[in-house]
Amino acid sequence: MGSKKIISGIFRNQIFIPIAALVILALFNLAADPSFFKISFGYNSVGNPVLSGYLITILDYGSELAILAIGMTFVTAASGGQDISVGAAIAIAGSVMLRVLCGHNSRPEVLQAPIIVAFLVGCIVAMLFGAFNGVLVAYFRIQPMVATLILYTAGRSIAAWINNNELPIISQPSFGYFGGFIPGVPIPTPFFIAVACMIVTFLVLKFTTLGLYTQSVGINESSSRLNGLSPTFIKFLSFVLLGLCVAVAGLIKVSRLSTINYSVIAKDIEMDAILAVALGGNALSGGKFNMASSILGAYVIQFLTTTLYKFNVQSDALPAYKAIVVIILVVMSAPAVREKLSSISNKFKNKETKGVSM
Amino acid sequence: MKKKLFSAALILALAVGAVGCGGGAADANAPDADATETEAPSGDLIKVGIINNDPNESGYRTANDADMKAMFTAENGYDAQFAYSLKNDEQIAAAQKFIQDDVDYLLLSAADTAGWDSVLQDAQNAGIQVILFDRTIDADESLYAASIVSDMDAEGQKAVDWLAEQGLDEYNIIHIQGVMGSAAQQGRTGALDAKVEENDNWNIVTQQTAEWNAEKAQQIVQSVIDAGTPFNVIYAENDDMAKGAVAALDAKGITHGVDGDVIIMGFDTNKWALEELQAGNWNYDGQCNPFQASYIDEVIKTLEAGETPEEKVIIMDEKGFDAASITQEDVDQYGI
Repeated sequence: MGSKKIISGIFRNQIFIPIAALVILALFNLAADPSFFKISFGYNSVGNPVLSGYLITILDYGSELAILAIGMTFVTAASGGQDISVGAAIAIAGSVMLRVLCGHNSRPEVLQAPIIVAFLVGCIVAMLFGAFNGVLVAYFRIQPMVATLILYTAGRSIAAWINNNELPIISQPSFGYFGGFIPGVPIPTPFFIAVACMIVTFLVLKFTTLGLYTQSVGINESSSRLNGLSPTFIKFLSFVLLGLCVAVAGLIKVSRLSTINYSVIAKDIEMDAILAVALGGNALSGGKFNMASSILGAYVIQFLTTTLYKFNVQSDALPAYKAIVVIILVVMSAPAVREKLSSISNKFKNKETKGVSM
Repeated sequence: MKKKLFSAALILALAVGAVGCGGGAADANAPDADATETEAPSGDLIKVGIINNDPNESGYRTANDADMKAMFTAENGYDAQFAYSLKNDEQIAAAQKFIQDDVDYLLLSAADTAGWDSVLQDAQNAGIQVILFDRTIDADESLYAASIVSDMDAEGQKAVDWLAEQGLDEYNIIHIQGVMGSAAQQGRTGALDAKVEENDNWNIVTQQTAEWNAEKAQQIVQSVIDAGTPFNVIYAENDDMAKGAVAALDAKGITHGVDGDVIIMGFDTNKWALEELQAGNWNYDGQCNPFQASYIDEVIKTLEAGETPEEKVIIMDEKGFDAASITQEDVDQYGI
């Protein structure tokens, strides 16, 4: 009986959805080609030890997405809408960091500022742009998607303007550590950064009331106001937090190639981030959320992407496959389907109880 | 009350916006007004309307726009107006505005090949000469005076010929394509596809579009490395994607470039890419010449003299650079 409860508990738990998706993908790969799970050890071109293999690639490239999913979950839960400007905001944050590092010369021999300073400036700028979105949504009550459409449209031009349309290239190897490998550590750095972000997030959710307040604002704004919360501030705060996540993801992105291309960096990443939140079983209309589930959702999406690349699916067809996932998720969460499913499961339960009584 | 205040603020914002737009339009018209006023003393200025793609699009476009701006100045005898858009409908609207402004020449780098017939007919009726640069369009040849373009097929052919000269026993190629359907992608893909078709020792390991995006190229190459499939050539259809591919190789300690295991090929001759060639990290970079302004200038001079250009379609001279023979002068002269 106890094990049954645990099993039904898992089924009812939100995190079941991304876990199920992950298991399906893993089984598919296992059946198609078990070498998918092979991890090999080698050395990169400067002689540092590195691990490689599809699983490492997933941990590597899924990390930016996981970091963004954290911020996107807050925004979704508090405002009941999504921020579609994160890709453009990453371009801005990355551009700012490179500008600080390069100074006036687009190809500096030595960095003009410590990387940490550039990162902090990038954080501040990204949070300011997050605050801009937050003000539009929280104080002017504009639909989040409409409000963030402004930055979505203008962001990449702003990013280009910050660097006078030049393409800065950083030759210092230490800048590449954030999107690559730290010498002597064979696991990609983005994964460590993502883990650090997760730990901070879980500590914040555990020891502060942010999670509770965000959910209550998302569930019922007016009753949370009557209980002394400020829904406007909580919403505003969620966008600023997303801004911070954007800056961290932006650092990884620009570090990967030590340069930036304003028009394509982090292209369409907002859709993946929103999909991660949805795949995590969180209602896109706001309210309750499960952070672990969103983060797992992000890695599942990268798992899907990597699997598709492995099978040589044309990369411009990838969005179509992601669209199928979205369709399944949306259909599964539609009220009509839910009712049907719960009535089926009730039937099973009734049969079971009858069986026990007999 | 709050709602009313908000809507009032919105209306105010709209009004400001409208005034802003009005101001902008007035500004845009201002030089015309000046031109008509000052036409008597300096009537020899040639009025050109230039429609281009967004200069942020790529390094190629930035260089192209800078070249146009440097050529079409008052010192060189031109009164130039610029309009930028990556969208065809906005470009057509800009063309209509230039026709109303009664420019002498309309220079056009069209975002899309289709949809230009009627507006170019209008231009012809108004006695405006149209010169296409960089990109060609699907319209009757009689609608434009000249077209100055890059021959993407020749670019691809030049690169493939160079690769064939390397005399490898076997060519296992990772082919990273640009945005599917663009002229550059079609030209550069076509030549390679034909060669692979003809020769048994030329194999495509993977053929994927990275949409000119370095990150995507990195992931594509990463995937091939993870699969353990052997390869010895990376044929990337622009420099950015070649850079992404090389980043994936570096992360796994695979050598590349001169004396390396993998041959790296790129296009567009960005300055930094030519420097990679000089350093021996890459092997080949094909040029896509963004400097059309001098050709256009020549065409306009010919037309002004009352003659017709010898050739309607002018194909620019383009080079391919080899890591073994590239010089500092090449980098300075051809790097964009």
